[in-house]
Amino acid sequence: MPLTDSLRDDILASVPSLRAFAISLSGNGDRADDLVQETLLRALANIDSFQPGSNLPAWLFTILRNLFRSDYRKRRREVEDADGSYAKTLKTQPAQSAHLEFEEFRAALEKLPQDQREALILVGASGFSYEDAAAICGCAVGTIKSRVNRARSKLSALLYVDGAEDFGPDETVRAVIGGSGG
Amino acid sequence: MKEKKQGGLNAEIQSRIGHQLRAMYDDVVRQGVPDRFAELIRKLDVPEANPQLGNAGDKNNGGE
Repeated sequence: MPLTDSLRDDILASVPSLRAFAISLSGNGDRADDLVQETLLRALANIDSFQPGSNLPAWLFTILRNLFRSDYRKRRREVEDADGSYAKTLKTQPAQSAHLEFEEFRAALEKLPQDQREALILVGASGFSYEDAAAICGCAVGTIKSRVNRARSKLSALLYVDGAEDFGPDETVRAVIGGSGG
Repeated sequence: MKEKKQGGLNAEIQSRIGHQLRAMYDDVVRQGVPDRFAELIRKLDVPEANPQLGNAGDKNNGGE
């Protein structure tokens, strides 16, 4: 469909969540914004292939996700290296606990396999249905469900099981005592 | 990995993960639309004045 004013407004309205998705995927703000820019250019260049009345955010997310994955393959080595040094800087930061918890969460998210991470973000943060997330990722609905479940299990293990100090005092005590049984 | 339910993976942890995920995400969403993107989309509003996409009006597809 042609680029109407209302379509342009809708694309603009999707930019904040596209950025959030890009940052969650890449863990890097600068790279995320490059990804969003590339997504917008690609979308506008191919606007004729967008079906009026279909899900515009899902269409844009699909473009961004595909760009990220082709870019990721090129940069894999670089990313792994960056991940190592990123984790190291986290350990030396004497930050406030809320901020630290936030950074720990982000670092844990980056440790997830890419398939699981994107599924969890699409369903758990972007608010897409399992069906839309499956369309965006080009896989079956059941596959998305199992990726989301595995992502949650793994995050839980990374953040809460081998790091009892991450719990507040109450939870730590409860965990040590073995629980009152509710 | 085993599919066994971990004792630690309870509803409370699940909801904490969901909360943190959305907090991280919404933190970015709340930043709105940076100028560079608003400008980009505004510029592309006028196809004639659009050097970035080349001849958008010409359908002689040059491929990707």
